[in-house]
Amino acid sequence: MQRLYLSTYQPINLSTDMETETLKNTALTDIHVKLGAKMVPFAGYMMPVQYTGINDEHEAVRKSVGVFDVSHMGEFILKGPNALDLIQRVTSNDASKLTDGKAQYSCLPNATGGIVDDLLVYRLDANSYMLVVNASNIDKDWDWIVSRNTANVEMHNISDQTSLLAVQGPNAIKILQTLTHVDLAAIPYYSFQKGKLAGVNNVLISATGYTGAGGFELYFENEYAEKIWNAVFEAGVQYNIKPAGLGCRDTLRLEMGFCLYGNDIDDTTSPLEAGLGWITKFTKEFTNSTTLKKQKEEGTKKKLVGFEMTERGIPRHGYEITDHTGNVVGIVTSGTQSPSLQKAIGLGYVPSELSKEGSEIKIKIRDKDIAAKVVKIPFYKS
Amino acid sequence: MNFPENLKYTKDHEWIRVEGEIAYIGITEFAQSELGDIVYLDINSAGKDLDKEDIFGTVEAVKTVSDLFMPVSGNVIEINPELDKSPELVNKDPYGAGWMVKVKMSNPAELGSLLSAADYAKVAAH
Repeated sequence: MQRLYLSTYQPINLSTDMETETLKNTALTDIHVKLGAKMVPFAGYMMPVQYTGINDEHEAVRKSVGVFDVSHMGEFILKGPNALDLIQRVTSNDASKLTDGKAQYSCLPNATGGIVDDLLVYRLDANSYMLVVNASNIDKDWDWIVSRNTANVEMHNISDQTSLLAVQGPNAIKILQTLTHVDLAAIPYYSFQKGKLAGVNNVLISATGYTGAGGFELYFENEYAEKIWNAVFEAGVQYNIKPAGLGCRDTLRLEMGFCLYGNDIDDTTSPLEAGLGWITKFTKEFTNSTTLKKQKEEGTKKKLVGFEMTERGIPRHGYEITDHTGNVVGIVTSGTQSPSLQKAIGLGYVPSELSKEGSEIKIKIRDKDIAAKVVKIPFYKS
Repeated sequence: MNFPENLKYTKDHEWIRVEGEIAYIGITEFAQSELGDIVYLDINSAGKDLDKEDIFGTVEAVKTVSDLFMPVSGNVIEINPELDKSPELVNKDPYGAGWMVKVKMSNPAELGSLLSAADYAKVAAH
């Protein structure tokens, strides 16, 4: 048996000097190890990929509550009267629509038609914003934005001092409400409030997540990480709260059809091809917006679609997609056996004419063409 | 971790249990734990004559895929019929109900090149 680790917990752009680089820990690494987590290198960090098992953790998040340490994510603070202008120029979504306490999903288009990264933009107040970026892209994004900061926006990379816990699942709100006076039910999706939680001041409580299961993401300084982790787990005992690793984070996001940078989107994929037209707003100018606008008007040649297998087999990142004649027409970008749906699902790029719901495609799995059909995302509907 | 003394092992984490000229093959407790939740066994080698180290199938976990290698040469006479509906048997009972293929060995002398439980334990600990 030869083990091949796939997609998310394989370091994607493993450079040759990686082995000599020291992997970073989060403030909670000792806790993960004590809990028996399987730790793997991911984006320069040692991260928990699973504790009790991917299916078990996945189910906990869908049905009750699970807690992810995603402190490897990057956070930048942008401040000053020109902060919004800079964000508008580098991101595809329209950040001028944000009001205090609101967040939006967005991306950083590059100049050649692809995507530097996808991110969340939080408006803290009219002159200060927080950008949350993928761990693997922290340096790339920072340099990209700095090089476009022509109007002296004050920028701080607070990634190394900031911890992030994603408390996800239908019972997350009940557990967290016992730890704070902030009225959590009054925080709509993609909104946030700063407040005291588990005795810690200034926790940014954000009604966001990457699971489609509901819940909150909590941003705070590293020194409070163990205190907040322990308080959340104590409060969650009656709901059988579980720690959740990157493994089920991937299966959960895939069931929702959420893109993963490095898999489904990258420096070469257009946001329009990736189905991110809804965060690509031509109400303003931004990097490469003229070309992207033209692409939108003319339509893209390929599209990212969801598909499910109709014959036995599990699609994986990098597998080829073929049409009924056996020609290779596309590529799988993500795939797994869906724990909630008990079927094999995936995302992949296909020619636009094969992107309609119900289109029959085949996935090349170990030299056999296995039947699949294009379906609507999200795969999982709560 | 449990590595029964009555089995032989490969460095690729298969085990083999010999009953005369017949042998049962599966993967070790260590292997199933490294793979995680097993969701599909893709084994199409029934009836085939395979050489030692040939691929006899593939095991798919939620996030990992691994090829499965023959510990010895032989003819695959049966695939565990339970695994199609219940692949998780490989996680739950890797040396028992989670066996994968039954083989008629063509060169039992190859067994001499396989690892003992004690030697395999060192491989798994590495």
